[in-house]
Amino acid sequence: MLAEHDRAERLMEIAKAEGLYEEIHLLKEDGTLAGPVDDIPPEVMVAMYRHMVFSRAFDRKAIALQRQGRIGTYAPFEGQEAAQVASAMALAPEDFVFPSYRDHAATMVLGQSPAHVLLYWSGRVEGIRSPEGRHILPPSVPIATHVLHAVGAAWASRHRKENAVSIAYFGDGATSEGDFHEALNFAGVFHLPVIFFCQNNGYAISVPFSRQSASRTIAQRAIAYDIVGVRVDGNDAFAVYRAVKEARSRALHGLGPTLIEAVTFRMGAHTTADDPTRYRDQKAVVEDWRKRDPIVRLRLYLESQKLWSEADEAKLQDEVKRRVEAAVEEALAIAPPDMEMMFDHVYAEEPWHLAAEREEYRRTREGVSV
Amino acid sequence: MSRMLNLVQAINEALDLKLADDPRVVLLGEDIGKNGGVFRATDGLLEKYGEERVIDTPLAESAIIGTSIGMAVNGLIPVPEIQFLAFIFPALDQLFSHVARMRYRSQGQFPVPMTIRTPYGAGIHGPELHAESVESFFAHTPGLKVVVPSGPYDAKGLLISAIEDPDPVVFLEPTKLYRAFREEVSEGLYRVPIGKAKRVREGEDVSVFAWGSMLRTALKVAESLERERGFACDVIDLRTLYPLDRDAIVESVQKTGRAVVVHEAHKTAGLGAEIVSLINEEALLYLRAPVKRIAGFDVPVPFFALEDEYMPTEARIRAGIEETITF
Ligand SMILES: Cc1ncc(C[n+]2csc(CCOP(=O)(O)OP(=O)(O)O)c2C)c(N)n1
Ligand SMILES: [Mg+2]
Repeated sequence: MLAEHDRAERLMEIAKAEGLYEEIHLLKEDGTLAGPVDDIPPEVMVAMYRHMVFSRAFDRKAIALQRQGRIGTYAPFEGQEAAQVASAMALAPEDFVFPSYRDHAATMVLGQSPAHVLLYWSGRVEGIRSPEGRHILPPSVPIATHVLHAVGAAWASRHRKENAVSIAYFGDGATSEGDFHEALNFAGVFHLPVIFFCQNNGYAISVPFSRQSASRTIAQRAIAYDIVGVRVDGNDAFAVYRAVKEARSRALHGLGPTLIEAVTFRMGAHTTADDPTRYRDQKAVVEDWRKRDPIVRLRLYLESQKLWSEADEAKLQDEVKRRVEAAVEEALAIAPPDMEMMFDHVYAEEPWHLAAEREEYRRTREGVSV
Repeated sequence: MSRMLNLVQAINEALDLKLADDPRVVLLGEDIGKNGGVFRATDGLLEKYGEERVIDTPLAESAIIGTSIGMAVNGLIPVPEIQFLAFIFPALDQLFSHVARMRYRSQGQFPVPMTIRTPYGAGIHGPELHAESVESFFAHTPGLKVVVPSGPYDAKGLLISAIEDPDPVVFLEPTKLYRAFREEVSEGLYRVPIGKAKRVREGEDVSVFAWGSMLRTALKVAESLERERGFACDVIDLRTLYPLDRDAIVESVQKTGRAVVVHEAHKTAGLGAEIVSLINEEALLYLRAPVKRIAGFDVPVPFFALEDEYMPTEARIRAGIEETITF
């Protein structure tokens, strides 16, 4: 067996050779730049900021609603706003998007209504309909399964000669599933226009990434499949935006898939049913990651560039409050479901046995004794 | 000595006792160590038995079951946990192609003693795919045993029997019952036999077969039917779904001449169909009414706003039993 430090040294050599352990930064924690950002228009930067502030307020509200028993279990994304918002902003309407259950900051950028997100977490299937003109698939609950769907959709885009890519959103835990590896391999073999967007938020429920894999990074998995791998600061909206833009452009030029590891942190619980204090020093890690908050640094930068002012901020906070409240009102005002809808959409045409069950359901619901 | 425990505490105690009792027993699964399991079924066990025996694994069900096979053929007794029943799907190849067949293919040389524990069933209003009850997949797979407790006492005794069983057992824990009620549970190791059903209410008018969380719903209906209409139900908790307790089923139907099966799994090709066939084969001439199945509808288990209506409700069970008795 290699001594621990030999192993570490050897790994670092491999890493240097491939350049994959380097985390790409553009926007530093203090709001200054680590490199030029001329490719990102100022109005995009401002829009990113607005989306991120809105999603954080929405996320916190959703947690509060769960606590009040007004929605069901909810999976918060605080801390991951830059990764989600900036990646979604780098996409085009024709792209196919395969989110997981925690990616609402991304899907809301793409037009999913906040009220629908709340509806989804209230156990209503209506909440996951794709907004018109977009291709956002229902969030995948079984981890990593949808990564393959993105590969297939990309295959179809190429087949149909469409100028579109597919993107799969998934977590660090997902990279342990076979489906993830099969997806990378297929995409590599067929040079498919797909983006594997992994938010490494440090944990899969209670399991830290160090326990998830002996690989130091997720990006380095790309080496094995000979596809492009990139590791970016996931709390740096500019770095994420550029990484996805570049991946998209490579994909459309026939250069195949990219695996992007966005290094970020899940500030809160896995879901509202989870208690993070059982497996980590919640106070300490949150304090540490607060320093790397994706929203704070973006605001500092925008202010330094005179793209944002105190007055803008006050106006935005007001607007965000109103929009969140409106979403809650809208969601709560939606009529309760007609229970019979559970029989809808099982097949294109209802077979006899389902028709009979629907009928049986109606009869017992109306209390007609048989 | 006994104390009042809920089902999840009873499970925890069974695991604790078997870890203490048999050094070959190891637990593995997602979030079972530090976190004590998402339902806390393994709470405290990592601290007590250490990382070599209570293993937090990476997120990969096929690997959890696949490596359990290797452990089992090499002298360990793995007790893998799958976080929710639906998440066993990535591991079905390992389960169906290997766990269930290894004894057979190796002609007894490599048995695979393991107990796969997993929360199952609807009723806690979780997200999508946290409410499946696909027990018939496993009951359709020769080589596996399938066990479902309906209360804390049985849960502990059945789990101990499962871990001690020389064959692989799929142990389905009704999530709805984890904390639903407490009952007297004896301290120390005791066994509830696999393959044996249990009569939980005596009656002459109709046999009612159920398991898991549906047992309690069926019992409630049976009580109110007796009170309100004087119908006496013979309620049988099947407890083991594969292999079924044929004698208990047949004996009850011979007595009552009527039978109803209640399960929350989809009706089509659900276990109810198997029970009806068994009754046909063994007790047809005793029947005074067609055997009725009251089951989950043949739709994907819906999102939770509709979940309660998907499950057999008291009203549906009551209507079904009345119809069978007054046929
Ligand atoms: C196949 C499968 N196994 C287990 C689960 C239960 N589960 C839900 S989320 C989760 C952790 C996922 O971690 P990660 O991929 O890092 O994503 P994150 O939740 O951090 O966004 C687990 C184990 C699941 N949904 N699907
Ligand atoms: Mg994660």
